[in-house]
Amino acid sequence: MSKERKMTLTIPREELMSPGHLACQGCGASLAMRLALKGLGQRTIVCIPACCWAVIDGPFPHSSLDIPIYHCAFETAASSASGVRAGLDMVGDTETTVLAWAGDGGTFDIGLQALSGAAERNDDIIYTCYDNEAYMNTGIQRSSATPVGAWTTTTPVKHYKKERKKDIIGIMAAHGIPYIATASVAYPEDMVKKFKRAREIKGTRFIHVFAPCPAGWKSRPEDTIKLARLAVQTGYFPLYEIEDGEKWTLNLKVKERKPIAEYLKLQGRFRHLKEDEIAMIQQEVDARWAKILKNCGL
Amino acid sequence: MKKVIMGNHALSYGAMLSRAQVIAAYPITPQTQVVELLSEMCADGTLNAKFIKVESEHSAMAACLGASLAGARTFTATSAQGLALMHEMLHWASGGRMPVVMGNINRAMAPGWSIWADQNDSLSERDTGWIQFYCASNQEVLDTVIQAFKVSEKLMIPSMIVLDAFALSHTYEVVEIPDQAKVDQFLPPFNPPWRLTPDDPHAFGGLTSPDHYMELRYKLQKDMEKVPALVEETGKEYEQLFGRYLGQVEEYLCADADLVFVTSGTAGYTARVAVDELREKGIKAGNLRIKLFRPFPFERVRAVLSRVPKVAVLDRNISYGHHGIFYQEVKSAMYGQPVSPLIFGFIAGLGGRDITRDSFKEIAEYTLSKNKAEEEIVWIGVKK
Ligand SMILES: Cc1ncc(C[n+]2csc(CCOP(=O)(O)OP(=O)(O)O)c2C)c(N)n1
Ligand code: SF4
Ligand SMILES: [Mg+2]
Repeated sequence: MSKERKMTLTIPREELMSPGHLACQGCGASLAMRLALKGLGQRTIVCIPACCWAVIDGPFPHSSLDIPIYHCAFETAASSASGVRAGLDMVGDTETTVLAWAGDGGTFDIGLQALSGAAERNDDIIYTCYDNEAYMNTGIQRSSATPVGAWTTTTPVKHYKKERKKDIIGIMAAHGIPYIATASVAYPEDMVKKFKRAREIKGTRFIHVFAPCPAGWKSRPEDTIKLARLAVQTGYFPLYEIEDGEKWTLNLKVKERKPIAEYLKLQGRFRHLKEDEIAMIQQEVDARWAKILKNCGL
Repeated sequence: MKKVIMGNHALSYGAMLSRAQVIAAYPITPQTQVVELLSEMCADGTLNAKFIKVESEHSAMAACLGASLAGARTFTATSAQGLALMHEMLHWASGGRMPVVMGNINRAMAPGWSIWADQNDSLSERDTGWIQFYCASNQEVLDTVIQAFKVSEKLMIPSMIVLDAFALSHTYEVVEIPDQAKVDQFLPPFNPPWRLTPDDPHAFGGLTSPDHYMELRYKLQKDMEKVPALVEETGKEYEQLFGRYLGQVEEYLCADADLVFVTSGTAGYTARVAVDELREKGIKAGNLRIKLFRPFPFERVRAVLSRVPKVAVLDRNISYGHHGIFYQEVKSAMYGQPVSPLIFGFIAGLGGRDITRDSFKEIAEYTLSKNKAEEEIVWIGVKK
């Protein structure tokens, strides 16, 4: 018998997102949806609040997705999804996955109350936040997911963002929901696997997807994957999972983390930063990384 | 079966008999008993529904809308601050054509904190594209919930059932609880013309260019215009089954009246007593209680009021800088009619101050003694 090893494709070929959508070139958010749906499959209904994705899928009567979309109000991704879930259950469809798909503004800020409500009730939905670290739809204003040091139109260079990014994972973990994961468009296999895994779990699942935004980050469209990869390799956005708010698993052990400067320098939004400021950011990244390692028992 | 129940429970029984499938609600005085009874009904299986105990009214309406779009019959109830918090989602409901039925207990808006009746909460939502019914008895509340589901689901427009704080919400009355089988006959299961399903994927409510938006709103208005006739039709159907007619307005001794009060909510019943007493003294008064407020029952109001010389509109609300809202509406309905009465506007009962028979007698005296209102707004019972 030959011991020939076959390569298996772990990412399904099926495309549930068509070309012709309205995202900018190199948009991480659009890639995120494409990959997420490869993990979730067609029996999915998505609730999309106000955010770039409210536009990306295309104007009425067009849609670039092969699944039903409910365009809901900005702060209602979670509450709308909870309602859809209850409605489906009552009309006898307990199979379809209900996905809430919101930006960082819709998650960290205006939608946080509804998200906390759904998580506390452990409603049976997958909540995904694609994080491009600002309000992009309205023209690059700061959100509480915008990192320290970043320029946005409401944190101009002279008064760049001084506050730390909100620890959304910490908040969600405190709810003790069954599944939390971070994912990145630069690691498609890991990402698809996480969505597949989430689909099989009952209760509130939260997936935080890192989604570079060339338009808002003042980066080159062709650097989107590179930036997403650097975010992981520097330890700025580690890939990990949390079960029941307690069991942490690091999915990608970065042996030698790259310096954060490498990641920052590719983005116009950090161009104004001086060396000491970059050093401070490095310290923060190091501290957060150490904390995550500790939580993962490493 | 007859039961002595409070107005709030009339809402709960209405939702139960309508077989609401998803309820999402948040407590607020004086609405709490509505959701308390419904949660009991869901817990003990009297009602086969999912009750989502949301963390706010905004989420309550958002969850109802998601459930409605998934094809479920949905119900909620709120009051005042809660209704105001829902405001954005009220537009979402009508714009998205999601036929949720909601009870709203009329309570005055804060500040200062008031839990007592007035209509500024629901009337502030006048232009959100909801059908609005104002009720005057617990029986009417229960019956109207069932009728509202039928009207709403036929036209895919949401409905609000409005009742006065305490005067109705907490007042116990004898209510005939209709037979479930007969209600099922009147109200078949919800079967929307579209829904969220992977079997037939569509995008609902996405970016809509100026090329399309206006047509969607035109259609909403056109369907709104069908409501009065449908209320008559379903009201008669309801009468055949249950012996109680549910119309757009309730006329009381208007035919030969020299003066007609225009009222809404429980004040409409107080007005009837005042009419009786005035008639005993030889004053030919009548009362027109407006039940359907949105869409406005133009035809019925015009038919009644063109016959009378004087009309006194009572408002338990105010549009600051303008008039009472029913007064504005009645004037606009009568404007340009071949015969139009003299119309006077009165404000009374804000923040739960009592509206009594004497209030109506004062109104009658003022109206009958003048050929023109001396003030833009006549305030009844205010300490100036
Ligand atoms: C209640 C409400 N407030 C404000 C807005 C305007 N608005 C639309 S999208 C948006 C920002 C969205 O940011 P985010 O959630 O991060 O998504 P992104 O656009 O970055 O993809 C804002 C402020 C709105 N639609 N609704
Ligand atoms: S602004 Fe950013 S997130 Fe929005 S579509 Fe463009 S690249 Fe994507
Ligand atoms: Mg964003």
